[in-house]
Amino acid sequence: MINTGKFIEKSFFIAAIFSAALTFIIFVFMIFLSLPLFKGGLFFNILGNPWKPEHGIFGVYPMLIGTVLIVLLSLCWAFPLSLGSSVLISVIAPPRFSKLLKKIVQMMTGIPTVIYGFVGVFLLVPFIREMFNAGSGMNILTASLMLAMVISPTMIIIFTDSFENIPQAYSDAIDALGGSAIQKLIYVILPCSWKGILTGLILSLGRAMGDTLIALMIAGNAVAVPDSIFESARTLTSHIALVIAADFDSIEFRSIFTCGIVLYMFTTILILLVRFLGRMSLKNK
Amino acid sequence: MINSIVGRKLALIGLFFLITFCMVSASWAGPLDSFSGEKGDIKISGGTAHIPVMKDAAKNIMNYNNDISISIAGGGSGVGIKQVGEGLVDIGNSGRKPKDGEISKYGLKIFKWAIDGVGVVVNPENKVNSLKTQQLVDIFSGKIDNWKSLGGIDKQINVYTRDNSSGTREVFWKKGLNEGEITNKANFVVSNGAMKSAIANDPYGIGYVSVGHIDESVLPVTLDGVLPDITNIKNGSYKIARGLYSNTKGEPQGLAKKFIEYMFSTEGQQIVIKQGFVSVNQ
Repeated sequence: MINTGKFIEKSFFIAAIFSAALTFIIFVFMIFLSLPLFKGGLFFNILGNPWKPEHGIFGVYPMLIGTVLIVLLSLCWAFPLSLGSSVLISVIAPPRFSKLLKKIVQMMTGIPTVIYGFVGVFLLVPFIREMFNAGSGMNILTASLMLAMVISPTMIIIFTDSFENIPQAYSDAIDALGGSAIQKLIYVILPCSWKGILTGLILSLGRAMGDTLIALMIAGNAVAVPDSIFESARTLTSHIALVIAADFDSIEFRSIFTCGIVLYMFTTILILLVRFLGRMSLKNK
Repeated sequence: MINSIVGRKLALIGLFFLITFCMVSASWAGPLDSFSGEKGDIKISGGTAHIPVMKDAAKNIMNYNNDISISIAGGGSGVGIKQVGEGLVDIGNSGRKPKDGEISKYGLKIFKWAIDGVGVVVNPENKVNSLKTQQLVDIFSGKIDNWKSLGGIDKQINVYTRDNSSGTREVFWKKGLNEGEITNKANFVVSNGAMKSAIANDPYGIGYVSVGHIDESVLPVTLDGVLPDITNIKNGSYKIARGLYSNTKGEPQGLAKKFIEYMFSTEGQQIVIKQGFVSVNQ
């Protein structure tokens, strides 16, 4: 008879090796394919130039700015919203209500992005257009608002988890001292769970960076460097989605590898940061 | 006696079946017959103007023979040509004639099965429904940026355009804009369908779509006094016209060959007309 325990152990091991190798292979593949770009500083040219295919200029600078603006703005909306919601769920609301809220939030994480995109196109875009008299209504503001909707549920779940993970003794202590729920929140819960908050923030930052559909559907995809948040912009991800359809062997097509590498490096840095924070919080416990 | 009645009845029944059979086979005769007994799949990608016709044709073929599966993807003309050239699909559609370089590089065979136009469209709420070519050029280059100067309301003009792989864009840029610049503030959409819904949703938008895609959700703009419709494309008075092409790498083989033959059959060309394009058999 085969030793079942060993067999299971081995198959798990193989699965782990396989998925780890896959990530690594993708990285090598990206580097390999974009190698011609690094010769002669083309990589940095692409990073800094505008996108003018009809003049033979294939820079992704406008997309870089577009991405940063949309992502940061969406975090600005999502962070206070999520912090408030998770405080409501884990501190203020009565148990039954908070359970219901939590269920709703969990459900929201499962809604496909394209649905949010759709809602954005048909509800939010016309609203922003008329409200702010803002061109087509497909702009950085609209995309960031919708993106905030997409990343909030994840953030709320991570926040509430970290709020509920503070040591029971601390909570009991403040109850014994006669502290109110708000005092408990300010003096115990928030100071104890700042790492969870940071982790949630970083993870949703990564999610917002990587999201393609929202920006593709409602940011307008213009290639000009945006002057204000009411202007249409293109993100690195939607640029990849738009250009990958264009051409297989042009510089135009190569430029998307620059986008890919920038995104890859950004995500890697974020993940390392999360790992680092996780280790720090382990040490503290 | 009895025998003869039975015989006559049998003969009648036989005749009935014969007639029905003839009628059925007559209605199915010709184009779809060649698909009987076939098995396999046809992969099609490229031009998005083609999709409504392709879908109808594929539906007819797959209803006739369940063993055939046909997949239709968009992507734009550039993608269609590239993918068929690289052998990723069997048929690559394009809304422009493949360039000489592309034809020789991939050894493409070109089949033009419909004539289409590219029409400028605005939202039905828009009062501006007629433009001169120069005004169109100025709108798309960003020189004219308010509807007011064209007799409309005091709102910014939102220009919509397609990505570089679009044949519709290529034709519009050449014949509509005389190769003029398109502003970099233009919004990008990825298909004829997406363009239509973007304009239908934006009261201050302007864009361009395949004439076959124009319906009541958007308002076609007359260009130098000529309305972009089938009649004007047919008689040649509307200038922004183009063929709809299906391309294969080398001579088409097997199912792909039969599919293209079907496009040129009476039934195939009826679909072309039904979807708002001009048939090539006239």
